[in-house]
Amino acid sequence: MLRLEGVSVRFGARAALDAVDLEVADHETVCVLGPSGSGKSTLLRVVAGLQEASGKVFLDGTDQSGVPVHRRGVGLMFQDHQLFPQRDVAGNVAFGLRMRGAGRAEQVRRVAELLELVGLPGAQGRAIAALSGGEQQRVALARALAPQPKLLMLDEPLGQLDRGLRERLVVELRELFGQLGTTVLAVTHDQGEAFALADRVVVMREGRVAQVGTPLEVWQRPASEFVARFLGFDNVVSATVSGEVADTPWGKVPVVPGALQGECRLLVRPAGVRLVPVDDGLRCTVRARTFRGHHVAVILEPAVGPPLEAECPPAEAPDAGATVGAAFTAGDVVLLPPEPDRA
Amino acid sequence: MAGPVAFFAVFFAYPVAAIVGRGLDVGGAWQFGRIGEVLGDPDILQVLWFTSWQALASTALTLLIALPGAYVFARFDFPGKQLLRAAVTVPFVLPTVVVGTAFLALLGRGGMLDQLWGVRLDTTVWAILLAHVFFNYAVVVRTVGGLWSQLDPRQEEAARVLGASRFAAWRKVTLPALGPAVAAASLMVFLFTFTSFGVVQILGGPAFSTLEVEIYRQTAQLLDLPTAAVLTLAQFAAVGAILALHAWTVRRRESALRLVDPAQTARRPRGAGQWSLLSGVVASVAALILVPLGVLVQRSLDTPGGYGFGYYQALQSQGAGGGTFLVPPVDAIWNSLQYALVATAIALVIGGLAAAALTRRAGPLVRGFDALLMLPLGVSAVTVGFGFLITLDKPPLDLRSSWILVPLAQALVGVPFVVRTMLPVLRAVDGRLREAAAVLGASPLRAWREVDLPMVRRALLVAAGFAFAVSLGEFGATVFIARPDNPTLPVAVARLLGRAGDLNYGQAMALSTILMLVCAVSLLVLERIRTDRSGEF
Amino acid sequence: MSTTTITRMTVTAVAAALGVTTLAACGSSDDSGSSGTKSKTVTLVSHDSFAASPAVLKEFTKETGYTVKVLKSGDAGAALNQEILTKGSPRGDVFFGVDNTLLSRALDNGLFTSYTAKGLDQVSADVQLDAGKHRVTPIDSGDICVNYDKKYFADHKIAVPQSFDDLVKPEYKNLLVTENAATSSPGLGFLLGTTAKYGDSGWESYWKKLKANGVKVVDGWEQAYNEEFSGSAGGKKAKGDRPLVVSYASSPPVEVLYAKPQPKTAPTGVATGTCFRQIEFAGLLDGAKNTAGGKALIDFLVSKTFQEDMPLNMFVDPVAKNAKVPALFTEFGAKVTDPETVAPDTIAKNRDQWVKSWSSLVLK
Repeated sequence: MLRLEGVSVRFGARAALDAVDLEVADHETVCVLGPSGSGKSTLLRVVAGLQEASGKVFLDGTDQSGVPVHRRGVGLMFQDHQLFPQRDVAGNVAFGLRMRGAGRAEQVRRVAELLELVGLPGAQGRAIAALSGGEQQRVALARALAPQPKLLMLDEPLGQLDRGLRERLVVELRELFGQLGTTVLAVTHDQGEAFALADRVVVMREGRVAQVGTPLEVWQRPASEFVARFLGFDNVVSATVSGEVADTPWGKVPVVPGALQGECRLLVRPAGVRLVPVDDGLRCTVRARTFRGHHVAVILEPAVGPPLEAECPPAEAPDAGATVGAAFTAGDVVLLPPEPDRA
Repeated sequence: MAGPVAFFAVFFAYPVAAIVGRGLDVGGAWQFGRIGEVLGDPDILQVLWFTSWQALASTALTLLIALPGAYVFARFDFPGKQLLRAAVTVPFVLPTVVVGTAFLALLGRGGMLDQLWGVRLDTTVWAILLAHVFFNYAVVVRTVGGLWSQLDPRQEEAARVLGASRFAAWRKVTLPALGPAVAAASLMVFLFTFTSFGVVQILGGPAFSTLEVEIYRQTAQLLDLPTAAVLTLAQFAAVGAILALHAWTVRRRESALRLVDPAQTARRPRGAGQWSLLSGVVASVAALILVPLGVLVQRSLDTPGGYGFGYYQALQSQGAGGGTFLVPPVDAIWNSLQYALVATAIALVIGGLAAAALTRRAGPLVRGFDALLMLPLGVSAVTVGFGFLITLDKPPLDLRSSWILVPLAQALVGVPFVVRTMLPVLRAVDGRLREAAAVLGASPLRAWREVDLPMVRRALLVAAGFAFAVSLGEFGATVFIARPDNPTLPVAVARLLGRAGDLNYGQAMALSTILMLVCAVSLLVLERIRTDRSGEF
Repeated sequence: MSTTTITRMTVTAVAAALGVTTLAACGSSDDSGSSGTKSKTVTLVSHDSFAASPAVLKEFTKETGYTVKVLKSGDAGAALNQEILTKGSPRGDVFFGVDNTLLSRALDNGLFTSYTAKGLDQVSADVQLDAGKHRVTPIDSGDICVNYDKKYFADHKIAVPQSFDDLVKPEYKNLLVTENAATSSPGLGFLLGTTAKYGDSGWESYWKKLKANGVKVVDGWEQAYNEEFSGSAGGKKAKGDRPLVVSYASSPPVEVLYAKPQPKTAPTGVATGTCFRQIEFAGLLDGAKNTAGGKALIDFLVSKTFQEDMPLNMFVDPVAKNAKVPALFTEFGAKVTDPETVAPDTIAKNRDQWVKSWSSLVLK
């Protein structure tokens, strides 16, 4: 469906996109994940034709160079929706249909259908200003879906919504896309959203693709320290692996058999940091704890080495100031390539 | 952008350059010596000095008096608001011949000031300054007030919550947002007063002369083209400097503004302070604008046999004792409307395209064009008219005796209004809405029509109103450009005033009153359209 | 959004707009007559004050087959100057409205081709200022004179002034209003009258006396007559307080003509010793497209039909001796027997200097 070949965009000296290759298959939902400034929105704008770029963009195998925005037949849901304030809900949803010359009756039918689909039946006559954030979201989605684009692009689709709504909508969207068979390219900075929505995740960093994979792959095996840290993992140190043990500032850490030997960076996922009696592990002081619902995140100040984050069941969480021991589970230890380019 | 550029090249730059060139290029040799000669003349220096300082003083005075008006019109709802807003715009479009007469009734012998306090200001510089306020009040109210009414008052409220006093909040939040509009309005007022012609002649008397008057005299009366060319260049230089200054201030302050529906921001005045502000503005409008206009009406009804419609009836005849006109004066109304409609259409197309192009581009070239669009306001109608004569004389553009020249010349003056009014609003439209439309399949033109147009409809209407009204009252181009004998209202009024006799004078007053009413009604219709659509906007 | 598409779209839209404009222009030039090969239209270029009865113009069409198209462009000075600028490629065939104060400028610029009008024998010799070459033909004459408000002088029991000399007398202090000689045609005429009367050496001292006697100068005739003069209809409404004004000898009849009901006597009178004679000419433009029509039109302008129609349209005197002056003029007007005159080339030579001296003397 969509293929990018060596797409680059420069804003002055800065490269917003740097030779990006990407492919999205039919009916696939791909999420581009990255911090702000990583070039992910630019990527969508290039595909839509809103941004001039070098390299090639293919839609359905056709080179899109020279094809203006309005002839590309893609859908784009903007970050802050960009609903037309002077039109009502029906006017917004029907816009793309009108541009394609759909008849009046068809417009009415499609608008009703789509509003039904996004869970806003009967909202045709409502003013945009009178809608809540979630409702605007749904209208924007309906508007983007109405002309049945071959590729639907979402820019931070759930960005400004509150958490509960976001979680519910993610599920709805996933169901909807499955049902419609839409090909989706979404962009977000929220890993939870990306993992819940996507068949495949593309992590971007400073205009380059840092990792591509299924949500599970990316989560379990971050390809680099950057990806690991972006996913929220901060237990990263330098290590030297020999056999099934890595030498780290925290002391000896077990690794899975068959691990690459030698110098590397090493990540311990918080779930792999177990709290044990003081004498059975690395001696640490509990600096802070954060309640996260089904678990408590505990920040430990080890006797040696940088701070360490651990996860433990709420009932077992030690108080701040307590002294505990920390032990590591090999299954949650990930070896990352050394990062020579990073200071 | 190519269209507006071509338009200005053919109908402005080329004619003006040609007439200036004719003045300075004698027998193939450029007479640059004339420049020093003319500018060294103490009489000319006196004219330059007077032109500059009266324009500056007039602009300051206009802002001082009209800014509270802009606020009141933007933020308050009160009965008769639309009517009043239309009324304040009427002077702007009346020919100076008529207005001078009316204004004398306020300041001159037996005028209101004379009767109340024995003060006569005619033939003093005060008369000129006040008349300039009278003329340009609407420019400030419309340009500044239009934007002000769409500024989100919550911004100011946010500042108040953060501890700013009412005045500090206005100064730190609203004033900077209004900056471009205030700058644009000041610039226009300065240009109009700098190039003031009729007002200075009628109210100032022969002792006061502006650059514009001098250019007119040198060109139309003396045919001293070299001197006129030097003066035109001097005026160009001055106007260019003003425009550069303006471009600079606008660039510094321009930002995308949050615009809201004006209907949401206006409300009934509350408290003694707001009521007294409102009544102060209404009183000043009444004294400065309504009284002189009222005098016109009064004189048009004041027939020798008592008050009545005698003069109006006379307008329909071919001239009682021998045809004054080849057409009855009442036909002049129709002629005027036709010219004005064509001129408005041209101004909207050219100005709209220019504004759209300027919105999307940046860079020194574009800014230069932005300034170029304003130049016609700073160039004498006689220069343009005479320029037309010597340039548009060969096929396919032999337009010298075509009626289209009149609306074309009027459109030249209308375009800057359109651009100035639309540009701030167009620039405030979020570009991503346009992108959203494009992604949904709208071509650029369609996107403009579907997205920009509805959002700027109000600005467009204001612009159209201005262009229309200016064309309607336009006198200079209509007089200097030869045309078949279908006089416009201002020309007919001037012709009637140019003859002795009670009936002629009375008919002139009656026609002026009609012109005033036509303008007021057109403007009122525009106001109506706007409020009817305000739900949608 | 690519910039090229915007450019393309702009160009298209503007081309459309300009196309409409050009079409409109073409549409109108069809009836202008200049585009036709065998034109039945003759174009008369004139100033804004030109007026003629439609019936009379129709009669011309009936007699000659030519339709008259009138183009007006500004006041007398502006209209003439526009002709000078378009010399060789004129907009029309005949120009009417060059007067003796501007005649030299027109002739020196070679604006007209010679043509001796039929009926010129009926025109008195003293107005034929280009009698040798007949490049221009006199059409009308008029006198610029001081008008007085009869009621004022009756009420105040003061004799009305009759001459230039009277105007500087103390009893007429602060009574006269005149126009700026630099911008107004009657203002210039009045100045020229004084130069003729007092000569190169004397006119300046006359104006010094006039200034000391409180003459008021305004920019245009409209203000002087309609605002300042106490005898006119407009001036009465405006509470004008100057009973003496520089205007035309025809102004009193006009006051009568345009008053309802018509009074038995004119409210104003003419000081016949303060007059300067203005003569207006017409000429066949050099490069005219319809020379035959132009000649016919000039013949018509001096014909009895036009000459008798003209006075009540433009308030001027006919120059043809066989033309009857309307009763209104003889009844309410004044007979100016000995107006001041200045030769056109003297005017051409001195005018700028006179106006300049006058300005610094009177306005400063």
